[in-house]
Amino acid sequence: MNAKIKREPLPSPSDWTFELIERYHGEIARVARGYKLDTYANQLEIITAEQMMDAYASVGMPVIYRHWSYGKQFISTEKNYRRGHMGLAYEIVINSDPCIAYLMEENTMAMQALVIAHAAYGHNSFFKGNYLFKMWTDASSIIDYLVYARNYISECEERHGVGAVEDLLDSCHALMNHGVDRYRRPQKLSLSQEQVRREEREHHLQQQVNDLWRTLPRKSGRSAEDEEASKRFPSEPQENLLYFIEKNAPLLEPWQREVVRIVRKIGQYFYPQRQTQVMNEGWATFWHYTLLNTLYDEGLLDDGFMMEWLQSHTNVVFQPPVGHRAYSGINPYALGFAMFTDLRRICENPTEEDKRWFPDMAGSPWGPSLDYAMRNFKDESFVGQFLSPKLMRDFRFFAIRDKEGDPELEVAAIHDDSGYRQLRESLSRQYDLNHREPNIQVWSVNLRGDRSLTLRHTQHNDRPLHDDAQEVLKHVARLWGFDVHLESVDSQGRVNHRKVAGPQAA
Amino acid sequence: MAMLQQIIDRRLSGKNKSIGNRERFLRRYREQIGEAVRRAVSGRSIRDLEQGEDITLPKRDVSEPVFGHGQGGDREYVHPGNREYVKGDRIERPQGGGGGAGSGSQAGDGEGGEDDFVFRLTKEEFMRVFFEDLALPHLIRTQLAEVPEWKSHRAGFTSDGMPTNLHVVRSMRGALARRIALGGDSRREIRELEAHLLHLRRSPRVADALVQREIRETEAKLEELRAKAKHIPYLDPIDLRYRNRVRVPVPSAKAVMFCLMDVSGSMDEARKDMSKRFFMLLYMFLTRHYEKIELVFIRHHTQASEVSEEEFFHATETGGTVVSSALTLMNDIVRSRFPSGEWNIYGAQASDGDNWHQDSGRCRELLTDQLLPLVRYYAYVQVADAEQNMWEEYSQLVETHKNFAMRKVADAQDIYPVFRDLFKKERGPA
Repeated sequence: MNAKIKREPLPSPSDWTFELIERYHGEIARVARGYKLDTYANQLEIITAEQMMDAYASVGMPVIYRHWSYGKQFISTEKNYRRGHMGLAYEIVINSDPCIAYLMEENTMAMQALVIAHAAYGHNSFFKGNYLFKMWTDASSIIDYLVYARNYISECEERHGVGAVEDLLDSCHALMNHGVDRYRRPQKLSLSQEQVRREEREHHLQQQVNDLWRTLPRKSGRSAEDEEASKRFPSEPQENLLYFIEKNAPLLEPWQREVVRIVRKIGQYFYPQRQTQVMNEGWATFWHYTLLNTLYDEGLLDDGFMMEWLQSHTNVVFQPPVGHRAYSGINPYALGFAMFTDLRRICENPTEEDKRWFPDMAGSPWGPSLDYAMRNFKDESFVGQFLSPKLMRDFRFFAIRDKEGDPELEVAAIHDDSGYRQLRESLSRQYDLNHREPNIQVWSVNLRGDRSLTLRHTQHNDRPLHDDAQEVLKHVARLWGFDVHLESVDSQGRVNHRKVAGPQAA
Repeated sequence: MAMLQQIIDRRLSGKNKSIGNRERFLRRYREQIGEAVRRAVSGRSIRDLEQGEDITLPKRDVSEPVFGHGQGGDREYVHPGNREYVKGDRIERPQGGGGGAGSGSQAGDGEGGEDDFVFRLTKEEFMRVFFEDLALPHLIRTQLAEVPEWKSHRAGFTSDGMPTNLHVVRSMRGALARRIALGGDSRREIRELEAHLLHLRRSPRVADALVQREIRETEAKLEELRAKAKHIPYLDPIDLRYRNRVRVPVPSAKAVMFCLMDVSGSMDEARKDMSKRFFMLLYMFLTRHYEKIELVFIRHHTQASEVSEEEFFHATETGGTVVSSALTLMNDIVRSRFPSGEWNIYGAQASDGDNWHQDSGRCRELLTDQLLPLVRYYAYVQVADAEQNMWEEYSQLVETHKNFAMRKVADAQDIYPVFRDLFKKERGPA
C-alpha cells in the first residue's frame, strides 16, 4: 500500500455533498479492507444539530421509550449547546447491523471523513469483533427490540396511566446497572420470539410467583414446615437484582414484570460499553488516524484537509496532567489511542525493554496482533496486559493511595522500575467494574414472615455506599412491595444496616 | 461485500423527537413549575405577561439515584502528569475530594456540586400553567392562546405566488421592459446594418467582387443578429408578478381598561396578587379583541388618584376607604379623555369589600347613572369573604344590568367565572 504514483487528491471543499461522501467513504472502505477490518455494513445518516441533540438525550439510541429523564437530558444538552458551553460530539454510532453512524449536517467535508473513518470503521469493527459485545449484544435485533419496547411502554401508559409507568421506570432505572448476570451468557434478543413468548411467559411467571408465595400450608405436619423454613431463598446470592425482581417480586403485575425486563435488557445492551471505553475509543481513534494517514500517503488527501481533522484529533486525545484546570481523570481517548499506537510500535520497532515485557508481541506483524488485542480483552485486562513501561513514562503515571483515617495521601508507585507492575495493576483495577460499582446482591427473602427482601453490599476496601443508597432502596421497596433491608459488610465483617419500609407495610 | 448499505438523509424527518420527553419532564415537576410561574406572574407587569420564564429546580430533586461509592474506605488512583513525586512521598489531602480530582469519573455526577437545574419554560408552556391556575375552560384557553382572526390584506406585488394571483398587466409590462432592455443593442445594430446593406446594394459598384463579399458578410451578420433577437423570450418566468396578500390580525378598534383597586391597609399582598391576576386576565382578553388598549390605573383609599402600574401594585397606603372617590375619578377620566363613541370602555374593580358605610349607596348610584351606560363591561371582584354593605348594594345591579358582573374570590380559580358572560358574549360572531 505504499505510494506508487501520487494520485490526484480528492476534492476537499468545506461543504460536503452526497456524492463526495460516497467517494470518500469508498476510499476509506478500500483502505480499511486492505487492513482487514471486519465490519457490519454501514448506514450513514445525515442529521441536523437538533436531531443530534435528540439522539444525545435518548442515550444515543434512534428509538427509545418516553421518560422524563430523557427530557431532562435534552433540556440540559440544548441549554449547553445554545450557550456554546459545548460543541456537539462529532459522532454517534449505534451498535446495530447495519451499523448506523450519524453525520451532522454542520460538519465540513474533512470532519465527515473523520467521522466515517472513526465511527463507521473504527467503532463498527470493534462492535463486531470484541468478545463482550458478541456475548452481550445482538446487533441485528437491537433496533427492532427498541421499537417493541417503545410501543409496549406507550401501550402501558395508555392502559395504566403515565404516572404509574413513570414510577415503575424510575425504580427500574435506579437498578439498571444491576441487571446483568456477569457469569452467564444471556439469551439473544429477538423481536419475534419476544412477542410470541411474552404472553405465555406472563402467565407462567405469575403462576410461579403465586407458588412461591403460597400462604396455605402444604401439609399439616411440623417436620415439613421446619424443613421449608430452614431452606434459604434464594439458595445462592443473586447479583442480577432486576432479574430477581422480575421473576420473584410478589406483587408485580404481568405488565410490570415486562417493563422490568425491558429496562434490564436495554441495560444489558450497555453493559459492554461500560467496560470497554478505553479500548473502544482508542481503537476507533487509532483507525481514523491510520486510515486517513494512509489516504494521505497515497496522495488522495491534501494538506489543508489533513490540518483540519488533525486539529480535532489533537483535541480529542489531549490528556491534561493532574492539577490542570481541565483535568478530570484519565481521558479514555488519550490512553486508548496511545496504547494501540504503542502496540503497533512494539510490533514494528521493539526495544530491548519491549522484548522483555512483551516477548510474544515484539516483532510480530502488527495487524493480527492488534486484532487479537481488540477481540479478546476489556479495559481492565487490556491495561493489565498491554500497558507498557514506555507509556507509563510518557504519561508520567503515578498511583496515590488514600486510606481512611490517614491524614495524608501516599504515593504508592511511580513510573520507575520498581513501580511499573504495581502501577499497571492499579490502573487495571481502576477499570474493573467490580471496583467502580458497588457489589450488591440479593441475600435472602423472608418467606415465612414479613416477606422482606435483604440485599447485601460487600464492601470493597471498606468503601461505603453514598447517600443515594437510601433513595435507591425506596425504589427497590416499590418494586418488591414489602420492606427492604440493606446490609453493608466491611472487611472486618461488621454490618451496617439500613431499612426502607415497603409500600405495603403501612 | 457491500460495505456501504446506504446514505440516508434524515434531516427532514423526525425533528423534535424529544418533545414527548420534555412534556413528561414538565409534568413531573409541575408543582415546582407552577410555583415558579406564580412568583413570576406577581413580578411581571400586566402587559408583559406573555413570555417564557427561567425555572430553577434544586439539583437534588432532579437527580436519579443509583448505588455508588461514597467517601471513605481505602482507595488507590492512578493519575497522569507526575512531576516531582517518588514512591513513598506523603501528600497533604486536597480540600474537598478524598482521592483528588481523579475520583471524578468514578463517582459519577450524581450530586457533584450543588448547582441547580435551570431551564427555560417557553411562552406557551408558561401560559398553560397560568391558565391552569385560573382554571380556564379549554375553549377559552385556545381562544386566548391563539390570535383570533386574520384578515387578508393587499400588499403590493411579489415575484412568486399562486397562479390565481397572477397579475397579467404587471407581468406583461415587465416582459416588455425586459425585451426592450435585452434587445436594445442588437436592434440598433440591425437597423445600422440594414441601412448599410441598402447603401451597398444601391452603390454603383455593386457588381464589384469586393462589394459583393461585403454584402454577403453583412447579410450573414444580420442573420445572426436577427436569430439572437428572436431568442429573447417573449415571456420569461422572471417577468411574472403576483398580487401579494398579507395576513393581519383583525383586532377591530381601541379599548381602554380601567383598573380600580382599593389600597387601604386591609389589602395585603396576597389580596393584591389575586387582584392582579384578575386584571391580567381581563387585559389578555382585551388584547385578543382590540388593536390598541390603554390602561388606566386608579387606586384609592379615602381619596383616589391615577398612578403608574408600578405604584399601583406595589405602594402601600393606610387609612379608611371611600370607594366612590375612585368611581368619580374614573367617570371624570372617561369624559375628558375617552369619549365612549370612540373607545370601548372596560372597568375592573377589586376590593376587599370594606367601605365607609354611607358611601356604598352612592357607589351604586354612580354606577347606574353614570358609568354603566358608558362601559362595555364592568367586573367587580371582592377578594375577601366578609359580607359588607357594598356587596349588598352591588348585588342589586346584577339583575338590572347585563354588562355588570361580580364575584367573591378566595382563590385564583374563582377569578374566571366573573368573566364568564364576557367571554361567552364575545365569542359569538362579532
